[in-house]
Amino acid sequence: MYSFDAIPDGAAVGSDPSAKPRETRSTAAGFGSPGADSTVKRIDLNDALIRHPDATFVMRAAGAAMQGAGIDDADVLLVDRAIQPSHGHIVVAVVDGELVCRRLWKQAGSTRLEAAFTDNHATHADIVPDEGMPLEVWGVVTTVIKSLMPR
Amino acid sequence: MFALVDANNMYVSCERVFQPRLCGRPVVVLSSNDGACIARSNEAKDLGVKMAQPWFQVRHLERSAGLLAVSANFELYGDMSSRMMAVVARFAPRQEVYSIDESFLDFEGVRGDLVGIGRDLRATVLMETGLPTSVGFGPTKTLAKLANHIAKIADRKPGSYPGHLAQVCNLVTLSEADRLKAFAATEVGNVWGVGRKIGARLVEGGVRTVLDLVRCDVATLRKQFSVVLEKTVLELRGTSCLSMDEAPAAKQQILVSRSFGKAVTDVAGIVEAVSEFTSRAAESLRLQDGAAGAVNVFFTTSPFRQNDRQHGPSVTVPLVRPTSDSRHLVAAAVAAVHRLFRPGFNYVKAGVMLVDLQPADQRQCELDLFSAASDAPGEQPQRDRSALMATMDELNRRFGRSSVHIGSASTTAHETDERSWATRQERRSPRFTTRWDEMPTVRT
Repeated sequence: MYSFDAIPDGAAVGSDPSAKPRETRSTAAGFGSPGADSTVKRIDLNDALIRHPDATFVMRAAGAAMQGAGIDDADVLLVDRAIQPSHGHIVVAVVDGELVCRRLWKQAGSTRLEAAFTDNHATHADIVPDEGMPLEVWGVVTTVIKSLMPR
Repeated sequence: MFALVDANNMYVSCERVFQPRLCGRPVVVLSSNDGACIARSNEAKDLGVKMAQPWFQVRHLERSAGLLAVSANFELYGDMSSRMMAVVARFAPRQEVYSIDESFLDFEGVRGDLVGIGRDLRATVLMETGLPTSVGFGPTKTLAKLANHIAKIADRKPGSYPGHLAQVCNLVTLSEADRLKAFAATEVGNVWGVGRKIGARLVEGGVRTVLDLVRCDVATLRKQFSVVLEKTVLELRGTSCLSMDEAPAAKQQILVSRSFGKAVTDVAGIVEAVSEFTSRAAESLRLQDGAAGAVNVFFTTSPFRQNDRQHGPSVTVPLVRPTSDSRHLVAAAVAAVHRLFRPGFNYVKAGVMLVDLQPADQRQCELDLFSAASDAPGEQPQRDRSALMATMDELNRRFGRSSVHIGSASTTAHETDERSWATRQERRSPRFTTRWDEMPTVRT
């Protein structure tokens, strides 16, 4: 058994960006030679969860304003910078020199960052960029990793 | 056709990716003993902070001008470097990593709008890694490097060069007149391969700009200076003398890398190669009386072996304190290999890069401060180690390379021990991308 905290140093995203199997075999029906399939390997969460290894970063959430989107305090987020942010994405943005996670609202020429409280109606944590100030999106949150073990 | 891609103020830019509050403010990165400024943001350059300037000389700018200083964080820079290199490599058939923040691309046979490709490359690296880069194209490596310099300065100092050369500059698409104008606007000391000494002598002789240099008689240059300078001038005139994997040594790093004769599949083979490369790099380091603060290790499969699974790990290991001792450098490098190695791959190339270089004498006094406290019991005193290294170098000179070398099996990785970091690097930011417990925090 591995506990969540046992993930060794260097196992974080990007430690191993270019390890991807190349699927060059043709898909033939039936059983091939028992020795032929050299690409069988144990499920690797890096492969499964990270589409752009060179552009993906790990961050820890701090706060309660995104619980409605499934992000609790101390959850770990995978943030992909290679994805073009669009309406509805949960994003990390730069707000007053700080990294902030919100849902990107981008419709009809207006852009804002919406909080997602569980009660769903609070808007005091929404962030509306000042007129003429471009909103700087740092990356798109693709995955939430949540430990269910008591600490 | 070559391109040279490098990150602007690499170390500062890496810090800014995770600490946006540093953007737009004067920032310096201090060497691993917090002694000297080894990277400066443009704002810090504008304040007059010079490269390698001792921190105590500029410290007053903290209060008077809001200068911010952070300690070097080579684990972070190394990881950001390998991300950047991987993205850059997508844009050309061949890449040669030249230093922690620079790589040459060989565009041989690539048709089309190179400036367009360069802008696309720059935008992609910026988007995916957050690092701003400059891109220079030229028919020779020296011209690509010069184009890169022009791209960078044109961006930083509007008016120094035509605005369209900013960020991405292709010397080939310029008209002859514009090219000569750009050459005339560039001081000779900015040419790749022209060191400070040669630069000063050239200026003394009236050769002030790149244009002056290009117009020099090569035979005279060879006589008065060297074949190297002659080659440089030929390259500036468009005659390629340096192919891929052939370049004057970078000043900030010592890189030793090589492709294997045949693929290596076991960890022992990689360890052997990396040990040898590290020893050779350490020898060069001692030759220039330097010490290294960190070791970058990489090995890779071949993208040309299409049926092979690909794996190309790279890691930068900071040392507890800067050293030129082969044993510590090899130990750190070998420990890194063991961490990165995965069975089942055909590795064809490996390399070692010593970074965070500094003068050894600076290190020596610090070592004396630390040696009593942190050296393992039974460890030889520091001076004896230097004597050992000197003897080893002498034996290798006399009897041939690697006559005497470090046995990797017996080395330990104690030099990567963490304990004394905190005392030495007061201002180091978290190792955001390589340590699970130091990842950046995002407010939710």
